[in-house]
Amino acid sequence: MPQFNAGTRIKSAVCSSELMVIAAPKSDIDLRCGGAAVIDMGADAAGEIDPQFKDGCALGKRYVSENGDVELLCTKPGEGSLSIGDVGLAIKEAKPLPSSD
Amino acid sequence: MNLMMLLEMAQSGFADRVAFRNGDDSLTFGELFHAAGAAAATARASGARHLAVLDESSLAVPVGLFASAWSGLPFVPLNYRLTASEIEGLASQITPAYLVTSADRVESLASVEGLQVVARETFLEQARSGESADPDWGMDAEEIAILLFTSGTTGAPKAAVLRHKHLVSYILGSVEFGAAAETDAALVSVPPYHIAGIAAIASSVYSGRQVVQLPNFDASEWVDLAKRHTVSNAFVVPTMLARIVEVLEDSEDTGLGHLRALSYGGGKMPQAVIEQAMQLLPETNFTNAYGLTETSSTICLLGPEEHRAAAASEDPEVRRRLTSVGQALPSVELEIRDENGNALPAGERGEIYVRGEQVSGEYLGRASTLEGDGWFPTRDGGSLDSEGYLFLEGRIDDVIVRGGENMSPGEIEDVLLEHPAVADAAVVGIPDEQWGEAVAAAIVLKADATAEASELQDWVKSRLRSSRTPQRVEFRAELPYNETGKLLRRQVRAELSGEAP
Repeated sequence: MPQFNAGTRIKSAVCSSELMVIAAPKSDIDLRCGGAAVIDMGADAAGEIDPQFKDGCALGKRYVSENGDVELLCTKPGEGSLSIGDVGLAIKEAKPLPSSD
Repeated sequence: MNLMMLLEMAQSGFADRVAFRNGDDSLTFGELFHAAGAAAATARASGARHLAVLDESSLAVPVGLFASAWSGLPFVPLNYRLTASEIEGLASQITPAYLVTSADRVESLASVEGLQVVARETFLEQARSGESADPDWGMDAEEIAILLFTSGTTGAPKAAVLRHKHLVSYILGSVEFGAAAETDAALVSVPPYHIAGIAAIASSVYSGRQVVQLPNFDASEWVDLAKRHTVSNAFVVPTMLARIVEVLEDSEDTGLGHLRALSYGGGKMPQAVIEQAMQLLPETNFTNAYGLTETSSTICLLGPEEHRAAAASEDPEVRRRLTSVGQALPSVELEIRDENGNALPAGERGEIYVRGEQVSGEYLGRASTLEGDGWFPTRDGGSLDSEGYLFLEGRIDDVIVRGGENMSPGEIEDVLLEHPAVADAAVVGIPDEQWGEAVAAAIVLKADATAEASELQDWVKSRLRSSRTPQRVEFRAELPYNETGKLLRRQVRAELSGEAP
């Protein structure tokens, strides 16, 4: 299991989803998309999407773990949904700020 | 992290939406993405180390900004109001550079060593028709995205360094992706060499909002453009809003019911102007934004609800918040500290310190001004009220030291502005043999109002300590501001000291 640094881009092994890490703890995380471990941007896609994790990643949405220590931004949408192990990540509801510029 | 990520997301989310409009010309998000890629290829091939734009707002600005991010060359928007020798001085700090400018400047700048100069029209034409570079921008968040020469109202201009991590953090922390409706449009009248101009490009792209550019601000034209493009959002500096208010006052119906959000910042907003603007545009949400170049734009906001609550309140502490810049963004920490760096409680004046991912505090060729734990001393003075609303007190460097006593010009100006006859006021320290510095004030009276110097001196004396009473009061038709609404204190000081400006 890899560690993830804020600012790093990763992608799904089984769908078109691409993500940027916004926050991650300094420990190994079993981060998955579509049920398969996420891979480096340069790595080749492989495997099938797990139907249990097929709710999709939506462009521009942020996804957070239950305790909030893992946060990801979807930079390219795909069919797979995100999870740590089998526990799904949830969409982070942003409290909108008034537009300032 | 790279600014290009924002544009890449926008073009995959809404490629066919208009991204930027200037006069009759426009670029969709898809076209902007292509143009940035083509311009990146050209800029790289030129062998330059920076991509600079010395020009008013045009479509070349967003193309140049994203071409920079794509090619890995820092983007340097230069102030086109500077003199030829000032421009050469700045240019020498960034050569070899690829410089986009207006056609009439090409010839004179082409002789500057290390500059490859291209006219805006040629740059845009090549960017639109050229072949795009591979989408191979770097993702190193530490790379320099932008060098912005600060306005230098207190000294020689220096280049603030904004890295991709600062700007991307600012956008991710303050803007929701794709939040704009397809019909939304933002009217941008701040120049591209101002941080607010850059922030407007980045936030609009990420929110999917069209930008209507107004290159040279004129209040009537601003109102016309806002109506023609049913503009929903705009950012103005205080001097712009004052002029817009004058134009709207004379019209029976403002016709700006579609203007949902009007934000302002970049200088002190006179309370009378904002109150009048709120009356003229009752449907509009006003937001006051405070930020610095070195903080990648906004760090504090006074939002629409807070504007209304303050304007309607009987409680003087709440009402006073209309003159505050609001509270720190959730992603920013803010403290007021004394001269020894100790945090001060609410109500006490000191220097504003901020910390956050968007805070750079770095200048080209100089050591970082950030403290070891990431706090940035802004050199702005201020105080917080009991609920964390920030009140600005002007630059620390403008503090007047009279007989060993420190006083903030802002405090005295605020009192002067409360006088019914006073429209605008600037307080500065002038050399004084006895006290080291003496307090002097330049006053603009309201139309048809009269007041004697002695009356204003008594006004201050009865409300503040007598040491804060201006020793000299002079009346002016107007005060000197730069084009983005900053009071030129050096000029006021020179005039009141009897020096040649």
